[in-house]
Amino acid sequence: MSAQNGSGETHHIVPVKAYLGVFAFLMVMTVVTVVVSWVDLGIFNTLVAMLIAVAKAIAVVMIFMHVRWANKLARLFVAGGFFWLLLLFVLVMMDYFQRATLGF
Amino acid sequence: MSTVSSTIPEAKPNYLTSDFSIKSWLLTTDHKRIGILYLISISLMFLLGGILAGLIRLELLTPTGDVFQPENYNKIFTMHGVVMIFFFLIPSIPATLGNFLIPLMIGARDLAFPRINLLSWYIYLVGGVLTLSAMALGGVDTGWTFYTPYSSTYSNTYVMLTALGVFVSGFSSILTGLNFIVTIHRMRAPGLTWFRLPLFVWGHYATSLIMILGTPVVAVTILLVALERGLRIGFFDPALGGDPVLFQHLFWFYSHPAVYIMILPGMGVQSELIAAMSRKKVFGYEVVAISSVAIAVIGFLVWGHHMFVSSQSWYAGLVFSFLSFLVAVPSAIKVFNWTATLYRGSNAFLTPMLYAYGFIGLFTIGGLTGLFLSAMGLDVHMHDTYFVVAHFHYVMVGGAIMAFLGGLHFWWPKMTGRMYYEPLARLSAVLIFVGFNLTFFPQFILGYLGMPRRYHAYPEEFQVLNVLSTAGATVLAIGYLFPATYLLYSLFKGEKAPANPWNAKGLEWEQAPSPPPTFNFDHTPEVHEPAYAYAPEKEKEVVHS
Amino acid sequence: MSTHSVTAGNPAAVLHHFDTAEQQRDAATLGMWLFLITEVMFFGGFFTAYICYRHYYYDAFVAASHTLNIPLGAFNTAVLICSSLTMAMAVHSAQLGQRKKIVTYLLLTMLLGATFLGVKTIEYADKFEHHHVPGPNFSFPGVENAQLFFSLYFGMTGLHAAHMVVGIGVMIPMLLAAMKGKYTSDYYTPVENFGLYWHFVDIVWIFLFPLLYLLGGHLTPGGGAHH
Ligand SMILES: [Cu+2]
Repeated sequence: MSAQNGSGETHHIVPVKAYLGVFAFLMVMTVVTVVVSWVDLGIFNTLVAMLIAVAKAIAVVMIFMHVRWANKLARLFVAGGFFWLLLLFVLVMMDYFQRATLGF
Repeated sequence: MSTVSSTIPEAKPNYLTSDFSIKSWLLTTDHKRIGILYLISISLMFLLGGILAGLIRLELLTPTGDVFQPENYNKIFTMHGVVMIFFFLIPSIPATLGNFLIPLMIGARDLAFPRINLLSWYIYLVGGVLTLSAMALGGVDTGWTFYTPYSSTYSNTYVMLTALGVFVSGFSSILTGLNFIVTIHRMRAPGLTWFRLPLFVWGHYATSLIMILGTPVVAVTILLVALERGLRIGFFDPALGGDPVLFQHLFWFYSHPAVYIMILPGMGVQSELIAAMSRKKVFGYEVVAISSVAIAVIGFLVWGHHMFVSSQSWYAGLVFSFLSFLVAVPSAIKVFNWTATLYRGSNAFLTPMLYAYGFIGLFTIGGLTGLFLSAMGLDVHMHDTYFVVAHFHYVMVGGAIMAFLGGLHFWWPKMTGRMYYEPLARLSAVLIFVGFNLTFFPQFILGYLGMPRRYHAYPEEFQVLNVLSTAGATVLAIGYLFPATYLLYSLFKGEKAPANPWNAKGLEWEQAPSPPPTFNFDHTPEVHEPAYAYAPEKEKEVVHS
Repeated sequence: MSTHSVTAGNPAAVLHHFDTAEQQRDAATLGMWLFLITEVMFFGGFFTAYICYRHYYYDAFVAASHTLNIPLGAFNTAVLICSSLTMAMAVHSAQLGQRKKIVTYLLLTMLLGATFLGVKTIEYADKFEHHHVPGPNFSFPGVENAQLFFSLYFGMTGLHAAHMVVGIGVMIPMLLAAMKGKYTSDYYTPVENFGLYWHFVDIVWIFLFPLLYLLGGHLTPGGGAHH
């Protein structure tokens, strides 16, 4: 009915191998994130933990949730949703992380 | 779109006459009937909110607090705000006109999820009943903003029940937004590309984005307040290490964009009215379309302008101030383009057009005074005064409600199959415009002179302007009673409406009878021309002159 | 839509207002994604509060975080990852129309979800025992504002657990429908969309685990020890 197309791709059948690969990646990364937390890296502990979490989340979204094979529209909405959350974080942090420095 | 009204088959049952049973209404999944159900519900809420507004103006007639106890006055303005914002303005245009018209305008037989659409109405009802029962039990006095720690720790009124009602009704607006986005993406008629969509649809698309991105945040904020109030665990209470300003951040992350939930659909209506009544394509159609989405996007980044005098950091205040000025650009584009559309149009002075003229003027005043308030320095002076009250009433009442009434008159023949009595409608449009300005313009001056909002008493030197404002409110109330009367009267005695009484463009006018049948179209319409393809030769003349 | 054109016993039928089954499926998937975006924003409020208070009271947050049981948290992370795999496999089986496999994988997913909730209960009980539950009985000697960490801990994991409970609840009728053979390779949208929800809940936990359990560099292995 509408002008959209390419929707057939949404229902791509993903080979089991890909699922198992993501599963292994998630498991290994869980171990890595725990092990890294035992090493004192200062502020980098948080950074590493978050990078690992983001990598895991991307793997789940892309493969388990089939976004890698989804049409542009679905991808746009997924990316937009997370971006919007980031905007909330950044603008609130703009207040909280600056209060002390400027003395207000 | 070349089909003329005469070819539309008549005498088939329409969506109103297909089934008369009460069950067929309460279990309907027809977007048109759900629109009507919403129209009835929000009209009742508007009546209630209006009565509360009347009580506020009654108290403010005299400087001393002689009508209500201060506590009761607090409850009255709180309930006026809660009812008007969450239960009238937010669902007003989207849930009624939007619900009714979006499928018709895009050539679809219904919204993508008709049952979810009905569910959203029931959720709205549950939320409304919860909030109204809180009022019946004794009301709430926090202001519609529910600021912490007053709401979470100190207020002894029915905060939880009211907040629960607001929380619940939020989900009805999420579901409406979700439904609209999917519908507009997936259900458009063949040939109806994005840049052929009526601007009404663009406005609702932008609104829906805000509904799904913003509403969940206010929901979780209310949840946090509830946890704090119920379990004393301290998210916002300074005594427990919490920060009340965090509440304001989360609350305004939704509630500033919510202003655009209220005004963007009105802007969509405005574009339709002006195009149809001046018989011209909307000037700079693409820019107006994109500016709707731009308003929705930038509108999310400006919420800190409500917090200049909280303990928000100076740096954040600067950024929010700058971004607030930025959001005025797409709004101004719209106003300029409507004006340019009117230029050399064959502008009719019919009722919908009177409301459209009113909208342009009042929204411009409301928008420009918003810029006063988004300037950090000036806001320190204006914050929490009647200047703010006047500003947002110019946008909400002068903008959103004018558009709602204009749209209601414009599509009334389509929705009900009846014409209203035009002379009376014109008179009441003028009455509303005059009454509105008399009510709220004095409040700009009062606020500038320093009269704070939310007090039941005030120094004597403010009385003259307050009396003017109350007098205006009386005129405004009478003005609103007129449409309520003659529109209801027209249902029974009104002239039968033809399919296209305004001779307007658009699938809802050209391809569907008035009122439309249950599934809107016998065959899915095909679209071969852009929106608002009115008399092209006239447009050329304008370009060359 | 019961009154309209849906033929009973043929759920794959196209509802009256859609032109094609493809359009109907696309609409449902897009709708599900939009719903998940609202969920992202809903959890986002909690995460915002976490960011701010962690910035304010970092030391208190580290001290409080050290009382959480890392082995149990890590075990639960693994359980959820397994459940995501079984859920993905349930969708995969549905796409291939393998009825028995859908049932098996859905059952496994439910079982793993229940395991997660069971472990969570053990952890919660431990918190009650040590008076680490925010409220009048809260006590965390020597550290100010530790209560905020636990408020957020219970708020976020509680909301997450509530989503798991809802998920398991939704899976029950889905399991029954799968047993009756309702899902075929032509019609499996409910399973697919529910899978999206379940994976989303997994993603929330992927972030909650390091943010709540692994805060501030645990220099000694076996961070379950109380300080
Ligand atoms: Cu604002």
